[in-house]
Amino acid sequence: MTRHEPATAQPRAAVRRDARQKVTGEARYAVDRTPPGCLHACPVPAAVARGRVTAVHADEILRRPGVHAVLTHENAPRLGDADDPTLALLQEDRVPHRGWFVAVVVADTPENARAAADALRIDYAPSEHDVRLSADHPRLYTPEKANGGHPAVRERGDFDTAFAASPVRLDATYTMGALHNHPMEPHAATAWWDDDGLTVYDSSQGATTVRDVLARLFRQPQQRITVVSAYVGGGFGSKGTPRPPAVLAAMAARHTGRPVRLALPRRDLPAAVGHRAPTVQRVRIGAAADGTISALAHDVVTQTSTVKEFVEQAAVPARTMYTSPHSRTTHRVVALDVPTPSWMRAPGEASGMYALEAAMDELAEAVGVDPVELRLRNEPDAEPDSGKPFSSRGLAECLRDGARRFGWAGRDPRPGVRRDGDVLSGTGVAAATYPVLVSPSRASAHAAPDGRFVVRVDATDIGTGARTVLAQIAAEALGAPLDSVRVELGSSRLPDAPVAGGSSGTASWGWAVHKACAALRATLASDPGRTLPPEGVTVEADTKEEAGRTYPYARHAFGAHFAEVRVDTATGEVRVGRLLGVYAVGRVLNARTARSQFIGGMTMGLGMALTEHSTMDPSFGDFRERDLASYHVPVCADVPDIEAHWVEEHDPHLNPMGSKGIGEIGIVGTAAAIANAVHHACGVRLRDLPLTPDRLLPLLTTRASAP
Amino acid sequence: MDQTLSERASTVTLRVNGTDRSLTLDHRTTLLDALRDHLDLTGTKKGCDHGQCGACTVLLDGRRVNGCLLFAVACAGRSVTTVEGLTDGEVLHPVQEAFVARDALQCGYCTPGQICSAVALLDEAARGEPSHVTPPERLPGGPVPLTPDEIRERMSGNICRCGAYPNIVAAIEEAAR
Repeated sequence: MTRHEPATAQPRAAVRRDARQKVTGEARYAVDRTPPGCLHACPVPAAVARGRVTAVHADEILRRPGVHAVLTHENAPRLGDADDPTLALLQEDRVPHRGWFVAVVVADTPENARAAADALRIDYAPSEHDVRLSADHPRLYTPEKANGGHPAVRERGDFDTAFAASPVRLDATYTMGALHNHPMEPHAATAWWDDDGLTVYDSSQGATTVRDVLARLFRQPQQRITVVSAYVGGGFGSKGTPRPPAVLAAMAARHTGRPVRLALPRRDLPAAVGHRAPTVQRVRIGAAADGTISALAHDVVTQTSTVKEFVEQAAVPARTMYTSPHSRTTHRVVALDVPTPSWMRAPGEASGMYALEAAMDELAEAVGVDPVELRLRNEPDAEPDSGKPFSSRGLAECLRDGARRFGWAGRDPRPGVRRDGDVLSGTGVAAATYPVLVSPSRASAHAAPDGRFVVRVDATDIGTGARTVLAQIAAEALGAPLDSVRVELGSSRLPDAPVAGGSSGTASWGWAVHKACAALRATLASDPGRTLPPEGVTVEADTKEEAGRTYPYARHAFGAHFAEVRVDTATGEVRVGRLLGVYAVGRVLNARTARSQFIGGMTMGLGMALTEHSTMDPSFGDFRERDLASYHVPVCADVPDIEAHWVEEHDPHLNPMGSKGIGEIGIVGTAAAIANAVHHACGVRLRDLPLTPDRLLPLLTTRASAP
Repeated sequence: MDQTLSERASTVTLRVNGTDRSLTLDHRTTLLDALRDHLDLTGTKKGCDHGQCGACTVLLDGRRVNGCLLFAVACAGRSVTTVEGLTDGEVLHPVQEAFVARDALQCGYCTPGQICSAVALLDEAARGEPSHVTPPERLPGGPVPLTPDEIRERMSGNICRCGAYPNIVAAIEEAAR
């Protein structure tokens, strides 16, 4: 491939291009542009956990002032098959879980729509439901694949024999409840049909994907559907594929013949937009007395819905991380009457690395080896599962650099000895990993006669800084000043591009942008003296071939997280005093926005460790914590001054920019680092996230009263 | 709708970003929805509609409030400042400038609320209003120094799921100087 040489004059920490629009309120999100004549839709979630809708008393509602329509399975437009059963909305009377949308009320104002939706009477024939996940659930099965296309089961060597023969054996089970993405912008869409077809302003992580799915659902050619996702208020995976608002708004618009706006209430999100499924993870490690791992098993039990199979691939990182000649990694899942889980920031890695890295901390304690040193001792020569060499593996450097920056050297490993009054303090470390992913993308590059350039690609900037980084990539490839490049993104009218997900956006879109710009530069250079025609010159690129290549390397980003915590033994409260991450992610293209993504991921990891608590009500079949007053995402006072650093990494086996993804790795090891620090502080090994005071305090009391 | 409008609606005047705006509003319309749907001031965001996230923070007679928790008709005659009202023509407010300089935002959805909250915070501290973390020995007295802990405490009504908090604190420190 063509190597990408950074131009010297390009700012490497360019200011976020849309910052001004965002600080002034000019940026328009999915329901910030309401067309004339727009109606307002309010969805009605099912009030039973399983069963059938037997009657919808729409007539009572239609008499109310301002109500235009009530859509149900009886009158809603029939949808085509889009290979996503979570979008087969209002097609049948079945209720697969509480919170499944069973009706949509459309009215002239948001107030009238909401009041009518609240008043709508629906009769159900409920059935018995089962929403309880347990590690011995009789209906657990082994799926063919886990999320990401990973095989559910992988085995190497002879785990059972090697584990039994190991001088040191660790066998620990870790659990975590569901986690909810809760982007600040609830999922929302504005839709209308006209002579050109369907237009949807959608809060999504990929307008091309939404367009393709809507085309199948509404049986329209793709060119008759336009999806705009110009500004998106976060997603963290939950907007990675189309969600109900786009579909319901388009149905309601078709039914009424008017534009329709639909924004989900916050309380509807947990059941309607996906979540990280709860997991029960058993980790067994057999090691020599010096901590060298011989046998490693990671067995994951999780849940999905009866609507669609989604399996959180939490055992997958154990296939990459450590020397383990004898290994078994498995996933089993049970389909319960619960909402359908989906992507949440680093699915598989965030959950799985919590368990694996907490287990590594327990192993370090068992063999009396420093936890940083233990990880260094188990660095593999090649990826354990595939046997492939790593294209680059910066974990050791991240651990060493992080230890130096954090002041790890000389750490007293004894737990429970750093006391200041009621408060015990401690430090912890954990590793992080995330795969290098890339998808085919198209892009175009245009040179105008005035020396300016326009790059077009249906990328989505969900807050990552895509607008900024793609302009940098273009400017470098063109050899042009950054401010001469304009980037257009966030519309399906632009060249097709993949989702902002899998930490692959910059690699995927950037590769296509780089290719288009390099070709444009070559075109311009081939005739340096010529004057461009008035319409300028445009070059298009498609990376289908490049992105589809297979590589004889295992390609992953790595990182190391260090945390310092204080545990109040009187209240059980854990506070994070310091959080530091060091990453090996190839070339960092924009230091400013990269740092923001790293600290953002670590903040979400802090929430995963300490505050984000979701439980399933077994009798109602519902998440109990459905708002931001009960589901605690970290607030400003919870978060210390987080440090994020990276090591220089030159990996020639990635893409022309030399970059790995950075959007997700920040969350990956953070929860384990904090949990390990809690153990170091107070000697309590609590293996269930989050580490809330009600869980921690009884263990602290027990410990304090022990002889 | 027309028949019930007179029962359900009132005409009120709000002073929004320095201009009197007369609006006929459903009594159930929140200040947030009035700004967004009736005045096209969509900078103010709806994140939860329950006063839990702070995305709808605006200034009411100079004090920060959650626009989703107030009925608009109850704000008759009062002065509202939204994020759109903080700029002076093309010139950004110092808090807006600092948010740009410190990259104190990612997706941008909570940002208008964060900025309105921060603008009010600077006033509250200047007036010597204490917070939960203000040392007792500082009271009563002059302005409260805006340490990072003061800022974190006072900004905790504004959730940022992207996790820009360290940069938000740095931006407000900068704007306070």
